[in-house]
Amino acid sequence: MTAFETVIGLEVHVELATKSKIFCSCTNGSDAEPNTHVCPACCGMPGMLPVANRQVINLGMTAGMMLNCHINRTTTFDKKSYYYPDLPASYQTTQWFAPIAVNGYVTIQTEDGPKDIRVKQIHMEEDAGKLVHDNLTYTTLVDFNRTSVPLIEIVSQPDLRSADEVVAYLERLRSLLRFAKVSGARMEKGTMRADVNLSVRPAGSTVLGVRTEMKNMASIAAIRRAIEYETARHIDAIENGTEELVQETRGWDDDAGKSFAMRNKETAGDYRYFPDPNIMPVVIDDEWYDQIRASLPELPEVKLERYVAQVGLSDYDAGILAQSRAFCDCFEGAMAVGAAPKEAANWIITNCTGILNKRGLTSEDLPVPGRALGQLIGLVNDGKVSSANGKRLLEALFDLDSRGESVPEDMAAFAEAEGLVNSSDTGALEAVVAAVIAADPETAQAYRDGREKALNPLFGACMKQLKGKCDTQVLRSLLIAELKK
Amino acid sequence: MSENTLFITENPCNRTAGRPVIGLDDLILTQDAATSAGSKMLAGFKSLFEARVVERLREAGYDIAGKANIGEFGFDFLGESSYFGPVVDADGHLATATAKLLMDSSVDAVVGLEVNGAQARSAALAGQVHLKPTYGCVSRFGTVAVACSGETVDITARSTEDVQQVLDVLAGHDDADGTSLPARECVRVTAAGFAEAAGAGEAFAAPITHVKVARGLMDAADADTKQLMEAAIQALSSEGVDITDMASETDALFAVANLAWNILMCAELCNNVNRFEGMKYGYHTEKYQTIDELYTKSRTEAFGYLTKAAILYGSEVLATGNYERCYDKSLRIRRLVSEAFSNEFARGASAGNTAGQTAILLPACAKRAYSLADVEANPYLAFEENRFTAPAAITGLPAVTAGGVQLIGSAFSDVALLRLANILPADCAGKEA
Ligand SMILES: [Zn+2]
Repeated sequence: MTAFETVIGLEVHVELATKSKIFCSCTNGSDAEPNTHVCPACCGMPGMLPVANRQVINLGMTAGMMLNCHINRTTTFDKKSYYYPDLPASYQTTQWFAPIAVNGYVTIQTEDGPKDIRVKQIHMEEDAGKLVHDNLTYTTLVDFNRTSVPLIEIVSQPDLRSADEVVAYLERLRSLLRFAKVSGARMEKGTMRADVNLSVRPAGSTVLGVRTEMKNMASIAAIRRAIEYETARHIDAIENGTEELVQETRGWDDDAGKSFAMRNKETAGDYRYFPDPNIMPVVIDDEWYDQIRASLPELPEVKLERYVAQVGLSDYDAGILAQSRAFCDCFEGAMAVGAAPKEAANWIITNCTGILNKRGLTSEDLPVPGRALGQLIGLVNDGKVSSANGKRLLEALFDLDSRGESVPEDMAAFAEAEGLVNSSDTGALEAVVAAVIAADPETAQAYRDGREKALNPLFGACMKQLKGKCDTQVLRSLLIAELKK
Repeated sequence: MSENTLFITENPCNRTAGRPVIGLDDLILTQDAATSAGSKMLAGFKSLFEARVVERLREAGYDIAGKANIGEFGFDFLGESSYFGPVVDADGHLATATAKLLMDSSVDAVVGLEVNGAQARSAALAGQVHLKPTYGCVSRFGTVAVACSGETVDITARSTEDVQQVLDVLAGHDDADGTSLPARECVRVTAAGFAEAAGAGEAFAAPITHVKVARGLMDAADADTKQLMEAAIQALSSEGVDITDMASETDALFAVANLAWNILMCAELCNNVNRFEGMKYGYHTEKYQTIDELYTKSRTEAFGYLTKAAILYGSEVLATGNYERCYDKSLRIRRLVSEAFSNEFARGASAGNTAGQTAILLPACAKRAYSLADVEANPYLAFEENRFTAPAAITGLPAVTAGGVQLIGSAFSDVALLRLANILPADCAGKEA
């Protein structure tokens, strides 16, 4: 039995997290109501001229640096021609002759230790629209929200040898791009998409086998299944002659667990690339280059190490925080306003994660600024907000975010407005205590007679009247003092 | 279509208000009237927005009289390829709607998009004044894109003063056009900006004291045209302008400039008109089964002969295997022609009077009149006779056509060129004068 080697290269498309589209001022938000983020430019109407969005170039450069690439100091945009209903101008603006970044690498961890996967190039381009097929009426509708949404395509060399390596590569890529805030890189939302170029050859051979390209995998898990299926299909074809392998584009049906030959929408073959005369070559001077380099984030593994060695977190806590840029930002922001590291980490890992899970959000969605969390922890520690109400306050911050409102600067004022602040008026507390004792003289007497446990129902009655808004320590001592009078 | 359509769409203008009246060519988008680009494909197309130049004209109080008929996508010889029909004189000569509208004073100036020299030729034959401004000084936002790397908004009028007046309104930076130059550079082609620069002694604002004759292209013209050129040389010379011949190696480059320009223009045109597929707007074929058939039939039925030829040619020069030897080589020729111009301008300045700057004198076309039969006999006249206009188109340098001949100057010398053109004999219009 022959041993086989799988040779895999990936083309990963990532939607850039910019406010507006690549060549017009439309909002970059492709999941809005269809055709609400469109204008004559991104609909390919005559008369509009493209104006390159500087933020796109910043993010392209950032991605290049994160992936250890050489940055082309003069980078150009080129036109790629083909007809398809989702491409309103019948050409896509991309980078063919001088892409933003070339010759990089991504280090992944494998069973045999670290391995560098070479990155051939990263180029910037615009996305196409979305076709929505209606099988009842046999019509197809076009949504242009996604046209001209900025993308980068990261093209790897065929250095990957297994599904495990591909998964490690994609996870590493996703983490680096999220940490650099280049993209949300969500496969389930389509903001990260991977095409898998795969071939199989006898181990030791230097000749590549017939290559197929697989598209349409909606998750990393699906990519793993697709690679395993496709590898087996290739080997079966080579060993048993079950079918003749042809170079083609294949789709992946995750439910059936099978790949299938696809009609390639870009059948034209010849894209007739040429430089777009309406977009001047972008020249990246030293100042611009240095500014982007200086803005690169600390790598996740560096953060992890620092959180353990300098901040004093456990490996476990640091590991969880370092998985998410949003967690790290929140954690560091909370510490910056004086929160104790262990406490801040606990609030994020326990309370924030709980709310995220409940709402079906991921760690990168955490809408809580570190400053706000730090203040919140301070309010709880100072006894201004009870710990139960602290959690309610945290929840209120999530609500603000889902309503599209910003988090207020002053958390104390916010807690006040939300009605979650403990009553600091001891007079009011004393009145409640007196009223509760007066209403239940028997229990009060039982306590005075030495039954310690009788304090609990009285305390509970006070809390109920106060709707939980009090410093429990203060309440307890007032209650005891009143009973002992 | 009716014969001799001058306006494709016409707006009632209050001519008594004493404001200048502008005609637009059919590549300039307006919201109130259709913009057809002279094509069946866009016949009746209404834009959602207006060209920047239209905004600027309206703000300056100019009235827009309507859309003047032009050849399909404006790149033909003299408007003969228009879906709305050619414009022909009583004596059978091809004219343009622009020339006719100016001649009968329906408008005071026509603002259009000069793609391939049609307006320069039109002005040369009609004895009118035409300016193709320095590339990047007038926004192309809101013009139907054809060959973006060379086309510019242009002005045709009856006098250099009228051209300058309109240019003062049109010139200026526009963030919506990525090739628009910075405001401080755009202002150089306005009368005010030029005067200021002249006061500061800037080179582009010096008077033109040297004129070099493009002998090779002059020799390629007919006897009547040569005579016009001689008259122009005479007039310039008698005003003290230094006249010499352009270097022969520059002549040789000029001779191939239009081959390179044809490649660049058709490649860009092919790509730009790909968006017209009969789906979203414009012409839509009636019967089709598949989307490919919809595209093919719509385009086959709506595009004219010359556009189809340009699409085929443009596709071919960009095809894998041809790109390097066609398109890329044309880009290199573009650089060589630019360098040759720079050398001519530099050598002129050092030759004698160092205070002045240099311009190139050449014909705008080979003959003094063309008939419909001429373009029918040779439908590719626009790809051959554009050898006179390609040197300016491919380099983006400013060119003025006046007195039946053409002057090309260095970047931002637009005002100086217009002033020099005043020296040219005014009555050389020929047949219509
Ligand atoms: Zn848009």
